[in-house]
Amino acid sequence: MDKFDILTAIAAPLPEENIDTDKIIPARFLKTTKRSGLGKSAFYSWRYDENGKEREDFVLNREPYRQAEILVTYENFGCGSSREHAPWALLDFGIRCVIAPSFADIFFNNSFKNGILPIRLSREVCEQLVEDTKMGANAKLTINLEKQEIIRPNGERISFDVDPLRRQLLLDGMDDIAQTMQYVKSIDNFEEKRKKDQPWYPKVSADKLSS
Amino acid sequence: MKARTLFDKLWDGHVVEQLPDGTAILYIDRHLIHEVTSPQAFEGLRMAGRKIHNPEAMMAVIDHNVPTTDRSQPIAEDESRQQIETLEHNVKEFGVPFIPLKSDKQGIIHVVGPEEGITLPGMTIVCGDSHTSTHGAFGALAFGIGTSEVEHVMATQTLLQKPAKNLKIEIEGTLKPGMTAKDVVLAVIGKIGTAGGTGHVIEFAGSVIRNLDMAGRMTVCNMAIEGGARSGLIAPDEVTFEYIKGRPNAPQGADFDAAVEYWKSLASDEGAEYDKVIHINVDDLEPMVTWGTSPEDVLPITGNIPDPALLKDESQRLRKQRMLDYMDLKIGTPIAGTKIDAVFIGSCTNSRIEDLRAAAHVLKGKKIANHVWALVVPGSGVIKKQAEAEGLDKIFIDAGFEWREAGCSMCLAMNPDRLKPGQRCASTSNRNFEGRQGPGSRTHLVSPAMAAAAAIKGELTDVREMI
Repeated sequence: MDKFDILTAIAAPLPEENIDTDKIIPARFLKTTKRSGLGKSAFYSWRYDENGKEREDFVLNREPYRQAEILVTYENFGCGSSREHAPWALLDFGIRCVIAPSFADIFFNNSFKNGILPIRLSREVCEQLVEDTKMGANAKLTINLEKQEIIRPNGERISFDVDPLRRQLLLDGMDDIAQTMQYVKSIDNFEEKRKKDQPWYPKVSADKLSS
Repeated sequence: MKARTLFDKLWDGHVVEQLPDGTAILYIDRHLIHEVTSPQAFEGLRMAGRKIHNPEAMMAVIDHNVPTTDRSQPIAEDESRQQIETLEHNVKEFGVPFIPLKSDKQGIIHVVGPEEGITLPGMTIVCGDSHTSTHGAFGALAFGIGTSEVEHVMATQTLLQKPAKNLKIEIEGTLKPGMTAKDVVLAVIGKIGTAGGTGHVIEFAGSVIRNLDMAGRMTVCNMAIEGGARSGLIAPDEVTFEYIKGRPNAPQGADFDAAVEYWKSLASDEGAEYDKVIHINVDDLEPMVTWGTSPEDVLPITGNIPDPALLKDESQRLRKQRMLDYMDLKIGTPIAGTKIDAVFIGSCTNSRIEDLRAAAHVLKGKKIANHVWALVVPGSGVIKKQAEAEGLDKIFIDAGFEWREAGCSMCLAMNPDRLKPGQRCASTSNRNFEGRQGPGSRTHLVSPAMAAAAAIKGELTDVREMI
């Protein structure tokens, strides 16, 4: 996972509520066994027409937004399916940060695991940032994760909240499995106690499944 | 001790370690996997040289990416076949209990888990699929996760989690004949909105929930995620225990009795506090149908297409107007009478034997409209066999339905079952998003009985006029 510290990049507006993960990456593109290569299919139905030709009127098909690394959008972004292919598709397109008033829970979690920073800000601020994105090539925002602030094109600073543990993992570019594995003793103890307290607790039996 | 909710008890019972920032390392009892969201997780384990902590806490099935037609031939599409072969290879390499595609038990993971007694009260259950909320119907804390989390659970049998908030939805009143769990949950989502449960676990309670069978309870919890909640919960009771008793992977004999004693202690305590409580009365509930492209856009079948101009918020107004354009519906016209091209009965929401019986009851001795393409896809091989033993397959086939093999089918347009652009479907599935059933497809979510009625009339219609 790539580190996330300071990002200065073009921001693209998607001023809509409830953009679901089917919208971000339709199910027919989920047949891959890899994480990479989904960027070309991100927002497929918005980006391409029936013949697979790019739609000129879609923001991410226009300059400078083809280079966007930040999305500014509205409430409940990433709702619906749990598919991590959604953040994989965004990342493969080049997106490292999504700003919205709210996110669906699973998408929010999935983003952090892939080095994408989801930032929650009020609807009012998001609307201001959408205005900023209309400045085209000047629509650059700077996201400073260390300081937890966004710098607008006019120099104004907006601070944001982020979970400290997740912030650290992003800053270090670390996955959390190694961290949890430090607690393997506690996990083993938990399992021992379970065996004592709930001896009836069943294992999944491969034999019973096949009979 | 402080009075606790069902969620509080499940949470407290699974905290392995509490980290200083409030994150818990939460123990996971059951990890269900399927072909679509697991390959990258296995690959991650392999690359890091990690093992699966406890393969006997897992079960793997193939459900999303398979044709539901004849299974005797190899899968024609290369990518789909490779994805399935990848899972077959992975479960072998890592020793994960697996139901192969050719097994009589193959089916949708959220149908098979309960059916095999793998889903039990008091457990934490995860799966790389948002509809894992289904298993909450048993009083298990069950939620969907992403693939990185799938890998995390494989490696550690735990997840890093913060506690959710408690939302109780009390459903009281008397359901009129013809009303089902699907109508109840669609009405709930219509009321709270698609983000109404975000950050919360929803405990469904009240006499209406108590009176539902397990199939109905699973339908309700299945769609908790459409209201934004990662988990739905229902306290386990005699109905739950009766369902579990004798299931292949459930505790048996004295073990079962001991388990029941424990499960009885899980219900929320008298006086337990919730962050939010919502009351819903179903006395006047009518069969529900969605009109838009989000599950919250729902109407009684007697209703008319709403006018977005009445909305105050401009972006809402534009969004709903675009939905109407996409769905090709006219403001003010009754939703009943909307012509349909297809009917889909199936999915982890409504593919259980009870759902098939309800649809067959409406269809018996009748024919579907000539212009309608209709599919019925049982949730598992076990259900398919049961339905055939009851003669339901014959009712469906005689009416003009196609009788298919188990799988996710036309819920998500990932396998060959999908609509053509512009086609309109009455569907018992869970999502009516743009393109969900195929690019340009139009979905109306309904109950199995309503879907059967729509198939007969060739249009959205009030099932109460047919029963």
